[in-house]
Amino acid sequence: MKIKNIFTYCFISSLFLFSLICIWKILVTLQGIELTNFNFNKLFIFGIILCAINLLIGKKLNLNIKIILLALLFSIFDYFISTNLPIWYSFGIFLISLFFFNNIKDYDKNFLSKNHSSQKLFFNFLTLFGITLFSFVILFPFYMMLVTSFKTQALLLLNPLDFSINFAQGLPELFKSYFIVFKDYNFGRYMLTSTIVSLGTVIITLIFAIPAAYAVARLNFFGKNFLSTSILIIYLFPAIVLVIPLYTIFSQLGLRNSIEGLLIVYTATTLPVAIYMLQGYFKSIPKELEEAGIIDGQNWLGIIFKIILPLSLPAISSVALYVFMIAWNEFLFSLMFLDRPNTFTLSRAIQFLNIGAETPRQYLMAGSVVVTLPILIIFVYFEKYLVSGLTAGSVKG
Amino acid sequence: MSSKLAKIEKRTAYLLILPSVLLVFSIILFPIFSNIWISFKNVELKDLRIPEPRAKKLVKSIKDNPTQIKIIYKLRNSSLTQEITNVKFKDKYPDNIEPISLNNKCQFKSNLLKCELGNWPKKYRENLEIVFQDTNNQEISKKELKSYKPKLSGKSQNILLTYEFTLNNFKKVIKDKAFIDLLSTTFYYTFFGTIGAIVFGILAAQMVNQKFFGRTFMRSVLLFPYVAPVVALAYTWELLLDPTSGTLNNLLINYQIIDGPINLLGQKYVTLNILGFDFKLRLALTTVIIFEIWRYFPLAFLFILARLQAVPKELYEAADVDGANPIQKFLNITLPQILAVISILFMIRFIWNFNKFEDIFLLTGGASGTRTLPINVYQQGFSIGDIGMGSAVSIVIVVFLLIFMFIYFKLLGKRADEN
Repeated sequence: MKIKNIFTYCFISSLFLFSLICIWKILVTLQGIELTNFNFNKLFIFGIILCAINLLIGKKLNLNIKIILLALLFSIFDYFISTNLPIWYSFGIFLISLFFFNNIKDYDKNFLSKNHSSQKLFFNFLTLFGITLFSFVILFPFYMMLVTSFKTQALLLLNPLDFSINFAQGLPELFKSYFIVFKDYNFGRYMLTSTIVSLGTVIITLIFAIPAAYAVARLNFFGKNFLSTSILIIYLFPAIVLVIPLYTIFSQLGLRNSIEGLLIVYTATTLPVAIYMLQGYFKSIPKELEEAGIIDGQNWLGIIFKIILPLSLPAISSVALYVFMIAWNEFLFSLMFLDRPNTFTLSRAIQFLNIGAETPRQYLMAGSVVVTLPILIIFVYFEKYLVSGLTAGSVKG
Repeated sequence: MSSKLAKIEKRTAYLLILPSVLLVFSIILFPIFSNIWISFKNVELKDLRIPEPRAKKLVKSIKDNPTQIKIIYKLRNSSLTQEITNVKFKDKYPDNIEPISLNNKCQFKSNLLKCELGNWPKKYRENLEIVFQDTNNQEISKKELKSYKPKLSGKSQNILLTYEFTLNNFKKVIKDKAFIDLLSTTFYYTFFGTIGAIVFGILAAQMVNQKFFGRTFMRSVLLFPYVAPVVALAYTWELLLDPTSGTLNNLLINYQIIDGPINLLGQKYVTLNILGFDFKLRLALTTVIIFEIWRYFPLAFLFILARLQAVPKELYEAADVDGANPIQKFLNITLPQILAVISILFMIRFIWNFNKFEDIFLLTGGASGTRTLPINVYQQGFSIGDIGMGSAVSIVIVVFLLIFMFIYFKLLGKRADEN
């Protein structure tokens, strides 16, 4: 039993250390440094030895001294088996092994003889490794988008693995793709269109949705239940089944290639979810407040404006942000309805850029950064509101 | 008194919801129903242009006679496919000008030239020539003549409004040999995309539910793929996976994991050898599914995390006392607690993945075995230009959707009963 535990402990720990080192090596490779071998055998066996040493020392030594010692040993070993690498690479290895040995410093013979210790160990490492891996997998495409936009065509073809940013070339050179995208490809105009369309959608949606949501939440009328269930059903219908009839109708009415047409469609498609989200919130406002309003002689409009709206600002902001996000990111309708460059939104413009013969990829990525950055900034800044919007509206996506 | 108030309340309610209902009806419900109409018609993209009668006015002076002028109207039917009936023509002239001779189709009265031009077949062209004379025998100004534009009107059948119906579209959809393939691709994509997103959502939620440094930051980062625009992400992935200059292939070659580049988005099948058996994996489809999982697991994560945080801590403490191991704790406490959320999530994601268009369209355009039903709607309607066929495929989607929704609302109702 004990032997088995010690063996699994060494094996899992060393594997985990090796995986962390692998991620670090990949990152180093992506800085344009030549590194072609993970050195699996040597590092893995040495890791097992160090883990065993860690177990043997246990708590006999000061824990801090122990982890520094072990980390140093590992870094020096790695330094000798790999050649011609810069000093910051080894420093990174040192930090990672420090982090790793810090995590296993408390394990000794006593811990391993406890119940389920190997499973606990496994899940601990899985969590740590999972966090590292998830961050890497999620952030890497965003990082790549950003760095590619700072490069030139020649550099990209020369070494596709070089993702370092060369700050030495000066800012105008660094942001060259952005200048070109805004100047030659008219992205300023597209950005303006996107902003107008998204803000317009938010405003019109709110104007339509607030009264309707209030009616559904508070007033009694025939067909109320039918209406509130059908809101959800309508919301589940996807854009792709609307696109052909809307295309035929809009092209016969001359609404294609117009911002108005886009506004109508975006508003209609976001209205159900806006009503759904708002009515839920309105229901949570105490009825007594409105009754007080009625006694004060307010009419319905007064109640909505003076009592409901100020109280439900958080809900309204999350609806507004959510609708803004949908409108900003929307692609299918803008692909269908816009084919003249003077009415393009950002998403449509980037797609147009991509189908254009041989558009250099740094321009494509610069455009992608231009469309992604505003929405990420808004998301990080208003995260609380947007997350509640996402959760409430997540029946769609 | 109270009935009067109720009446006012009712009226206000209708007033408040009417604008929204009208808008949603005209932009969402009406198109869904008109899909049915269009799907029984033989309509092509080029038929959508309403045929109109057109005229180009040419003003020509007559040699040695400045008091007379010749007007030529170049008339044509703009449509290459449809006829226009009962074409009427109207043009205005300045004072003191009269035509010398007119054919029987036309009349000239109080400065107005009116003609009844009858029926124009498709591609019809005709020149109408009329010579005008100044009644005061003065020179005619060409400029003034040119400033008036002729007005034409005519009736044409709008192909969308005729009562000719055909079953051909549906016959074509169902008889198409690729239809089974289309369906299986769609279900394959939908099912694995949904399952994958939920599995990774559970993993991520389990991780973030523990306390560690940078937890709030991690939660934001995990949502990035979901909030960023799909266009930007799809093209970034396309560059990442590019066989010649893409990062992933170069990285794998650099570390000698693969021998040559793999075209992850352009290769339909790849043969895998597992334990001596050859498996044929649909490569491009798998890549698209991985993108799908990458983009949508944050949503599952968000839902499951919210549910996990509501699980009472006492349950885990009791399990610790009983000496349960982590796997037992997950299987017997966590999983039953989040099962309801997962089933709802599964249905929602299933419905949405079934209808997903943008992701596949941007990554592969439906090539190399990634053609799903929504992609087919686009290809039939806009690449081939057969609007009727596109609508028929949309109807197929709607039918499936209604079945899924029925299951979903059954599930929702069952859950509401349990609570």
